[in-house]
Amino acid sequence: MQKKNTEIYKNQSFFNSYLIKDAFYGYKRYLLFGFLVVVGAVGLSFLTPLVITFVIDFVISNEVPDMPGFLLNIVKEADRKYLLDNIWIPALLIVLITMIAGIFIFLRLRISAQISEGVSKRLKDRLYSHIQNLPYDYFKHISAGDIVQRCTSDVETIRRFVSVQMMEILRTLVMIVISMTVMVSVDYRMALVSSSLLPILFIMSFLFFKSIKSKFTISDEAEGRLSTVIQENLSGVRVVRAFGQQQAEVDKFEKANSEFKKVTTKLINTMAKYWGASDMLTFLQIALTVVVGTLLAVKGELTVGNVILFTTYVSMLVWPVKQMGRILSDFGKAVVSVCRLEEITDEEEEREPGLALKPEIKGEIRFEGVCFGYEDSDHEVLEDITFEIKPGETMAILGSTGSGKTSLVQLIQRLYEVNGGAIYIDGVNVNDIERHHLRNNIGIVLQEPFLYSKTIMENIKISKPDISDRAVYEVANIAAIHNDIESFEKGYETEVGERGVTVSGGQKQRIAIARTLIQQAPILIFDDSLSAVDTETDKRIREALLERRQNTTTILISHRIVTLSEADVIIVLDNGRIVERGSHDELVKSGGMYSKIARIQSEYADEDYE
Amino acid sequence: MSQQIEVTDEKIMEEKVNPQIWKRLIKYALKYKSVLFGGIAAMLIVALADILYPLLNRYAIDVFIIENDLSSLAAYILLYIVVIVVQGFCVKGFISRAGKLEMSMAYDIRKEAFKKLQQLSMSFFDKTAVGYLLARMISDIGRISDLVAWAMIDIIWSVSFVFGSAVMMFFLNPTLALLVLSVVPVLTVISIYFQRRILRWQRKIRNTNSKITGAYNENILGAVTTKTLVREEKNFEEFRELTKKMSDYSKRSATLSGIFFPLVLLLGNIGTALALYKGVKISQIGGITLGTLAAFIQLSRQMFEPVQQIARILAEMQTAQASAERVLTLLDTEQEVVDTPEVIEKYGDEFNPKIENWPEIKGDIEFKNVVFKYNRGEVVLDDFSLKIKAGETVALVGETGAGKSTISNIVCRFYEPTEGQLLIDGVDYRERSYLWLQRNLGYVLQVPHLFSGTIADNIRYQKPEATDEEVIRAAKLVNAHEFIINQPKGYQTEVGEEGAKLSTGQKQLISFARIMISDPKIFVLDEATSSIDTETEMQIQKAIKDVMKNRTGIIVAHRLSTVRSADRILVISQGKIVEEGTHKDLMSLKGRYYDLYTNQFKESQTVKIIG
Repeated sequence: MQKKNTEIYKNQSFFNSYLIKDAFYGYKRYLLFGFLVVVGAVGLSFLTPLVITFVIDFVISNEVPDMPGFLLNIVKEADRKYLLDNIWIPALLIVLITMIAGIFIFLRLRISAQISEGVSKRLKDRLYSHIQNLPYDYFKHISAGDIVQRCTSDVETIRRFVSVQMMEILRTLVMIVISMTVMVSVDYRMALVSSSLLPILFIMSFLFFKSIKSKFTISDEAEGRLSTVIQENLSGVRVVRAFGQQQAEVDKFEKANSEFKKVTTKLINTMAKYWGASDMLTFLQIALTVVVGTLLAVKGELTVGNVILFTTYVSMLVWPVKQMGRILSDFGKAVVSVCRLEEITDEEEEREPGLALKPEIKGEIRFEGVCFGYEDSDHEVLEDITFEIKPGETMAILGSTGSGKTSLVQLIQRLYEVNGGAIYIDGVNVNDIERHHLRNNIGIVLQEPFLYSKTIMENIKISKPDISDRAVYEVANIAAIHNDIESFEKGYETEVGERGVTVSGGQKQRIAIARTLIQQAPILIFDDSLSAVDTETDKRIREALLERRQNTTTILISHRIVTLSEADVIIVLDNGRIVERGSHDELVKSGGMYSKIARIQSEYADEDYE
Repeated sequence: MSQQIEVTDEKIMEEKVNPQIWKRLIKYALKYKSVLFGGIAAMLIVALADILYPLLNRYAIDVFIIENDLSSLAAYILLYIVVIVVQGFCVKGFISRAGKLEMSMAYDIRKEAFKKLQQLSMSFFDKTAVGYLLARMISDIGRISDLVAWAMIDIIWSVSFVFGSAVMMFFLNPTLALLVLSVVPVLTVISIYFQRRILRWQRKIRNTNSKITGAYNENILGAVTTKTLVREEKNFEEFRELTKKMSDYSKRSATLSGIFFPLVLLLGNIGTALALYKGVKISQIGGITLGTLAAFIQLSRQMFEPVQQIARILAEMQTAQASAERVLTLLDTEQEVVDTPEVIEKYGDEFNPKIENWPEIKGDIEFKNVVFKYNRGEVVLDDFSLKIKAGETVALVGETGAGKSTISNIVCRFYEPTEGQLLIDGVDYRERSYLWLQRNLGYVLQVPHLFSGTIADNIRYQKPEATDEEVIRAAKLVNAHEFIINQPKGYQTEVGEEGAKLSTGQKQLISFARIMISDPKIFVLDEATSSIDTETEMQIQKAIKDVMKNRTGIIVAHRLSTVRSADRILVISQGKIVEEGTHKDLMSLKGRYYDLYTNQFKESQTVKIIG
């Protein structure tokens, strides 16, 4: 799967991607400026050796060195005697050139950071906001780990491509052009000699880094296995101990540990060979320049200063050339990353299918022949559901897992859209109500609520950050969680969520109830949200809620008859259809499923438990 | 999780380099003296060659060009090539040795730490997250071995190169040498200053980055909640603040590097300029040759790399110190449950048991005035006494936090009584070895934990030498055989993510089979609360009954249908036994047990009807 994708990705181009185009928008002038700065910095850095050559040849030895034409004219004008007496002038020139070059280098690094960080921030923000606005259904089909990985590592790959690779390639190219121009204008034979081994170095590093990738993968995989062994051992520590298998575990670990050591040492050995060989080639290139240069100098065809010049230039060129081989060897990575990100951004965001109205909501809910099924299956989850709840009324739903009760309440919030029929709130089709407005007016407590990595206080205030602490205590009391929170060491300031302390399922549910109550929405939905709370606390919460529910339209999903019986109307769902409906008394008399359950849950004689 | 802990740790750690810590780590490297010294020797030769190149160039200028004496040319070329080849091999030599040293150190420290983890007490694991330990085992150990191995060799190269170049310069011309070297202290100070600050920013960048990762994670895991609470805008606002911080920090770090690198370059060129300025003057009066001048210029340019290296290593040591400390703390953690030397003498330890000395076990268990307190002082059990005869099954019932799990943990010796004794067959279990008890104990966890590998591997866990027939017999005993042979590869089906998708109930059955294979005398079951389908539940009930035959059993039960068949039921509340008897006794008592049981019965019946 992964491999196949990589193949497809290869046909794409980096700069043609709409993601990259958008992310680079407005940075074109920076790019141009960056290019100029690179040319400036490289040009100046190649100037210093020329000054040294000039001093050695002209000032000391009184020879006119071979130099690029325009410099030669300056040199010819110079007063040798004066310079010899005032040798600080060329010395200061070197410092000055370096200072200016330094400013260029600073600008280069700064601009490169400006562009790459800007691009990376735009990509991250766009991805985050896009993911947030994807339809609920999307999240059921993806793995969180995979998406997080893409949003972090793949963005990082692109950032590195922009900041390091693009700049480095540009710099190396400018370097090669400038140095070759200077070298050829000085002595074309020496230019040839001084660059003769460079292509080999380049190809060597390119091929090496391309071929070593698989070895890196092997080492990474070995590390992964080592980490799996440790993780399994730690999460199963009780089993290990209870079975007295410490020695067997050590043996298992030993295998993974030595395997990782073996393959990685091997990898480093291969690297060592490459570095040894490439260093030899590097110095061979320098030696070649020194020796040939010397011979030409002996013949009088080259000045001493120029020998030094070529030696310096070669040393300056070798490293970037090697580096470029390495960079080009993983050029394809950025393209693959872009494609992996586009797979996320290509997904369509939630839409407004209708008029996007923002009416004032009182709380009347009406289902008219609602049908619903998930996109990827033929199975109908809800069929022909029709009912009406008046403002302030309470409806309860009883049904098994998979009967469609959760889908039913999610449709009201338009987390999904209906396939047939329609849902009206105060007579307005929910498809015509702007979704944020709609959801703001419906408070829902999920069965397995999610808490953010924030303090409990912040979690409860999440939809109304400006509300007073007193209001928080009030809802926490209704949700019977206040005392629990106070018993934590840091009270309401306790961090929860993935990073914080673990709270029990029941506590989570109760915090979620408090969080929903603070919304003060005209419609409240409890999706089996007291399942993890013991019966006594359940009762307390229900009593406290009763008062508050007077003006609120409420939908309750529960298995507990005591809870259900408080509703004005109860519907029993089975396989996506309403099979019974009525008040508690009516349903008990009807002799259906509800009445059976009611009988079981009411008082029983002891022998029935046998 | 692990990342977050790292974040807070990194915030705390902003200390000076602590030699004590590094001394201890270097000891791990010193185990591989020949590799270490081989690497150092190779590095010294590399440094020597690096110093030789300017001298070789000097010779070419002075002798060949200026004096026009080509007689030694062939020898010169040969020497040049020899130096290059020798250096090339030494480069290979030092890299491969440093790599070997790094990997060997990591291997050794990991091994030691892993063994330590096999010995540490359960109290340690109960308060330490797996992710945290995993980060110590993988990244921290990797980081410090990398640093120690390479830093030692790099430092040797840097120091010897700087020192060698200095000596060489003094040898060529002391005045000029002093002048050029005057830049070095300035460079050192500047490098240390900048490297330290750059690393500090990078740490901030890493922290922010892990927060961004966390935010993405929340974005996905909390997707519905965000939608229902209409939190999108605020979430995005908070996220943009994070990415803004991230890009600000990165830009600041880039600014620092942007100042640092040109500064180093400038200092290097000031050295060159000084060499040129004074060198030309001296050469005019015949003090030095042209070749020497060129050599000075070249040496002054080369000196800057090693000085930066030293600064970088010092800065890295500072940041890696936190990793080192965390690893050493782990290695130094004390065990709480530990066998006395006499016990180890007689029965062996975790890794070298003396099974021949182990006494037979019958299975009588007695809590004798047991007190159990957590370290923070909270009393869970106070003067708790209980006798369980060999072969008897006792079920513990009660609310969360009543002390049921503590009782089973004490029987397993995951925790030991703070006061009082636990007697097995009439003898305090601390007088026998930890492993003796555990090899005679069968234990099933709330959440069944299987190891990666095949189903057969898992059943064989305690008895790797068990034959296939034994494995099948064990599986049949707990009614697991049926579903196992229906898996794609039967007993050879891989357990875990990629392989068969086993339900919790099926995993539970496999963990029962795992117990049956070793035929333990004592059986402890910490029963699952998680819901499983009715059919599997019935199978598990049956499995429990089978497992309990002829064994002493302790069941921490949540599902009361499991409890009914126990010989004795204890209702525990606040560390005390409040009701005791058979199911029938307790039902007629109409106390707590009656309430618990009727409530659960109602719920299970409801679920049964609505399906």
